[in-house]
Amino acid sequence: MVDFAGTQLPVQFSSIVQEHQAVRRGMGWFDVSHMGRFRLSGPEARLWLDALLTCRLSDLPAGKVRYSLVCKQDGAILDDVLVYNLGGTPGEWALVVNASNRAKIYQWFQANQENWQAKLEDQTEQTAMVAVQGPNAVSLAKQLFDRDVADLPNYGCFQAHFGKAEVLVSRTGYTGEDGWEVCVPGECGLSLVERLDAAGVTACGLGARDTLRLEASMPLYGHELSEEIDPYQAGLGRSVDLEKEFIGREALLRRRGRSDLPVRVGLVASGKRAARENDLLLDETGAEVGRVTSGTMSPTLGYPVAMAYVQPGKSVPGYSLSAMVRGRPELYTTTKMPFYRRSAV
Amino acid sequence: MNPKDLKYAKSHEWVRVDGDTCVVGLTRFAVDQLTDITYIELPKVGERVTGGEGMGEVESVKAVSDIYAPLDGEIAAVNDALSMDASLVSRDPYGEGWLVRIRPAKDGRLDHLMSAEEYTRQTEGA
Repeated sequence: MVDFAGTQLPVQFSSIVQEHQAVRRGMGWFDVSHMGRFRLSGPEARLWLDALLTCRLSDLPAGKVRYSLVCKQDGAILDDVLVYNLGGTPGEWALVVNASNRAKIYQWFQANQENWQAKLEDQTEQTAMVAVQGPNAVSLAKQLFDRDVADLPNYGCFQAHFGKAEVLVSRTGYTGEDGWEVCVPGECGLSLVERLDAAGVTACGLGARDTLRLEASMPLYGHELSEEIDPYQAGLGRSVDLEKEFIGREALLRRRGRSDLPVRVGLVASGKRAARENDLLLDETGAEVGRVTSGTMSPTLGYPVAMAYVQPGKSVPGYSLSAMVRGRPELYTTTKMPFYRRSAV
Repeated sequence: MNPKDLKYAKSHEWVRVDGDTCVVGLTRFAVDQLTDITYIELPKVGERVTGGEGMGEVESVKAVSDIYAPLDGEIAAVNDALSMDASLVSRDPYGEGWLVRIRPAKDGRLDHLMSAEEYTRQTEGA
């Protein structure tokens, strides 16, 4: 068990590799109740979100989910979030934020409440959230809910029932596999995971969550994202819509074209020693050109992979770098991300 | 589950005296804690090692840990099979998954090592 943003979470139930393979080949479940869950409702909830999120919300239809960033005035990233348009009148939205940023984002919304006719509620403590991921996850959902997750498009969401409880299901995840996530009333969390256990779904810990998201090259706040990094450096420019007004837009208009800031890259190892967070990266002259933000042996690929920030000139795919792994250099090559992409069905 | 004929170091290595050398490996407790071992780095034949100091590293998906020399001496042999398949250590830590043979230094002592019973008590207390 480890402390993760104030919640005790298991690193592994059986073994990281077994849990990882279960998700890639079958399915696994993750307790992600530590994530922050907010609801915004009211006629101007969308305007409030649009003012704070980098993505456009006016063209997000009801029943759809979108990945977005929240930036400071200087364009650096406060958090990465999922925003759900739940529809209805006058309008309801859900926001899932990182556990470590929950208080910060709640305060950020309150501090930037420009008299919008809308209210914000933090429902994290009253609810639980579970992710079921893997090629078999969607067909399993039929046994649990009164609506069929197979009808949801990728990044679609709907309200359904788990027994008598109203739940929010979305076809989203953080593993690179198909699957879904569900927010349930807190008192239903245990019975849900008991049903998953009974159905033979593998329980997965934080360790597998990290190796799965790393293979899929998904950034993790506190590693690839921080208040020192802007969306363009992180390679997330597609989540920024400069055609609308939002906090950080003016800074991002200037930062977009900059070519002097470190950028996020993928790295694959030639050897077997895995570079880990904070390991230095050197170029062929021995000059320091960057630093690893996440790294592991990839259970699917069989060799170590890493994400790092490097000077822009060293970020083109195929560039050789040395990672200083516990004092000794290991050869890594920059590569296109993601490292792993599921095969189309 | 820890074989009675072996000696054990606090840092979770086992030692089997075999003629004029000592075979060294990792205990079942250690490999179970590490899980998913992906890579093992061992010293080279002829290298001198010092009891209690690092002589290699074992990497799992979860983390990297040092392997400590359980006694003073010189590396007489290394288990080359591990460079091809590090998971041998997890499958058979007291047999095929041995790490190195150490030729003990002249005044080398083993009396700081624990019996199976003492070691089991240490790990159960952990």
